[in-house]
Amino acid sequence: MRLEELRRKAREALAKPPAVGPDLDVSTFRLEAEKPREGLGGEVLERARMVGLEPSERDRAGTYLQLDHYALIEKAAAGGLEVMSISKALESYDWLADYYWRAVGVDSDKFTALAELKRTEGYFMRAKRGVKVDFPVQACLLIKTPKIAQNVHNIIVVEEDAELHVITGCATSKAAEGLHIGVSEFYVKRGGRLTFTMIHGWSEGIDVRPRTGVVVEEDASFTNIYVNLNPVKTFQSMPRVLLQGRNAKANLTSVIAASGKSFFDVGGAVYLKAEETGAEIVSRVVAKDEAEVVSRGLIAAERDRVKGHLECRGIILSPTSAVVAIPELEARARDVELSHEAAVGRIAEEEIYYLATRGFSEEEATSIIIRGFMDVDVKGLPPMLVAQIRRALDLTAKSL
Amino acid sequence: MISMALLELVDLHVEVGGREILRGINLAVNHGEIHVLFGPNGSGKSTLINAIAGNPMVRVTRGKIIFKGKDVTGLPTYERVKMGLGVAFQHPPKIRGVRLGELLQKMASKLAKERDVAKVASAVNMQGYLDREVNVGFSGGEMKRSELLQLLVQSPDFVLLDEPDSGVDIENLAVVANAINQLCEANVKPSMRVKSALLVTHMGHMLKYISADRAHVLFNGKIACSGRPDEILKQIMEHGFERCAECLQKREEA
Ligand SMILES: Nc1ncnc2c1ncn2[C@@H]1O[C@H](COP(=O)(O)OP(=O)(O)OP(=O)(O)O)[C@@H](O)[C@H]1O
Ligand SMILES: [Mg+2]
Repeated sequence: MRLEELRRKAREALAKPPAVGPDLDVSTFRLEAEKPREGLGGEVLERARMVGLEPSERDRAGTYLQLDHYALIEKAAAGGLEVMSISKALESYDWLADYYWRAVGVDSDKFTALAELKRTEGYFMRAKRGVKVDFPVQACLLIKTPKIAQNVHNIIVVEEDAELHVITGCATSKAAEGLHIGVSEFYVKRGGRLTFTMIHGWSEGIDVRPRTGVVVEEDASFTNIYVNLNPVKTFQSMPRVLLQGRNAKANLTSVIAASGKSFFDVGGAVYLKAEETGAEIVSRVVAKDEAEVVSRGLIAAERDRVKGHLECRGIILSPTSAVVAIPELEARARDVELSHEAAVGRIAEEEIYYLATRGFSEEEATSIIIRGFMDVDVKGLPPMLVAQIRRALDLTAKSL
Repeated sequence: MISMALLELVDLHVEVGGREILRGINLAVNHGEIHVLFGPNGSGKSTLINAIAGNPMVRVTRGKIIFKGKDVTGLPTYERVKMGLGVAFQHPPKIRGVRLGELLQKMASKLAKERDVAKVASAVNMQGYLDREVNVGFSGGEMKRSELLQLLVQSPDFVLLDEPDSGVDIENLAVVANAINQLCEANVKPSMRVKSALLVTHMGHMLKYISADRAHVLFNGKIACSGRPDEILKQIMEHGFERCAECLQKREEA
């Protein structure tokens, strides 16, 4: 019954343009992809490694690996943890309907609609009540076949007092063109904790439209780290986090290195819907060549005794690149503490000079300063993830 | 004639923000010498250091900077540094996200020098700061010690020290002076010393620990007076900088 209703709504929304960011003609993408005959290899595997895939699965609590439209690996290697494709999960669990399209609206725009009508897998993860999964679970979504639309739907449920760390990487071969739609619905139950690290290595021909909704209950916390390494064609994403229960916390951190002709419209919105909730949104943007980045952030306070801070810093490396910072604060209660700081500009000449006196050329100094600029605080993550993020940032700073 | 000086400034005129700050500086520092530069606030001491180091924010409009016998007036900073120049800043900028230890390692590997960074750090009481972001939240004294630590790793032939003692407590003053002596090879026989320094300071305390060879007073964009450090210091203490100005005036009239 509900499914039919969802599909009807999706059909009606198939032509609906997104609320922000560039519209796309989705009919130009192919919805079918052949099942890959051989496994992973060559350049795609290399790119997958770059975005954090550990092919040996060592020090990983589980792995989900998808190539084009097909799940190649779905495995949980820790007690109390489940990792499987969304199709399998929906078959196995009737209760999953309670989480399906609850945090993201199916008729939000044509992309969510397409994800429902032409879903091409995605993952389901669940950490059972009270289970603390020490090692991270890795998920990797790859595109190999040209011109396809990969429309995944992911659901993560972290049950009461459980703890889960997820690292996901998305990548394509360098030459690929295509569309990636990623619907992600995360539910962090009372006292639970979810950290979600996403490293993207797309290519210049890919349009990317993640649609993320997160519901965080009482005393629970959600940390989102997003790092983009490579140019894309267009990218638009605005995760929506609802802090539903008292003392729920959210931290959204993103590092965007935009080069080439990339267009990014990236941000995050946190709604403080219960007392004593708190949110922090941090973004670091580096734009060069002809890249353009719109960096958004919204914190909406709807209850008393809540706190939120938004920080957006941008560095412009070329006169033809652009950074647009749009921080928004909404207070709909009296006893709230909301603040934001935004700063966009070129690298301070004084810092280049300082490093020059330490023997570094202008190019070397620039790279040191940019690497420092991107060094966001990743407290609270398992050390191996911190190392992983550091490596990704090192790579990025070098490539700029 | 081949110049014996390690650093020589010839009729140096320097502008900052369209204003002429230095109006004809002549100065020669020989191998193994430490020169002290006095002068009231705003007289242009830091500007002079910036000009010697090649800070693009200051503009040399006339005159020459000769380092190791080579005219470096138009050379970018890092080329001068490659030739053996080093700078301790009066107000070093914050380099966010870059750890002090990390920066020191990068410097050492660039110089292809074996350096026990941790050991050098403890020589200036900075062993606990290697994980801190460069100059972020450093106290005044910590900032000065961090500057000296970086110089010790670099070990340049000529150091420009812009108020390394300002804001430093009595105990750390000895630490700072020690580091400067190390940089200037104070333990080497005077005739064998090759390393030199130009030291900007406001206080005489420093001179109790460091044996400086010569002192100069910068006033009104010129070197108003030069002489033995203790004598110059005494003059300033007793008569203030005004007296130096008179001295300059007399010379100009003559
Ligand atoms: N960017 C600038 N634009 C205009 N004037 C400047 C600029 N930078 C420095 N100045 C001026 O140049 C003069 C010399 O400054 P400088 O910093 O060299 O003095 P100083 O002798 O080092 O002083 P202090 O003892 O306070 O450190 C000052 O009057 C200062 O205000
Ligand atoms: Mg000064």
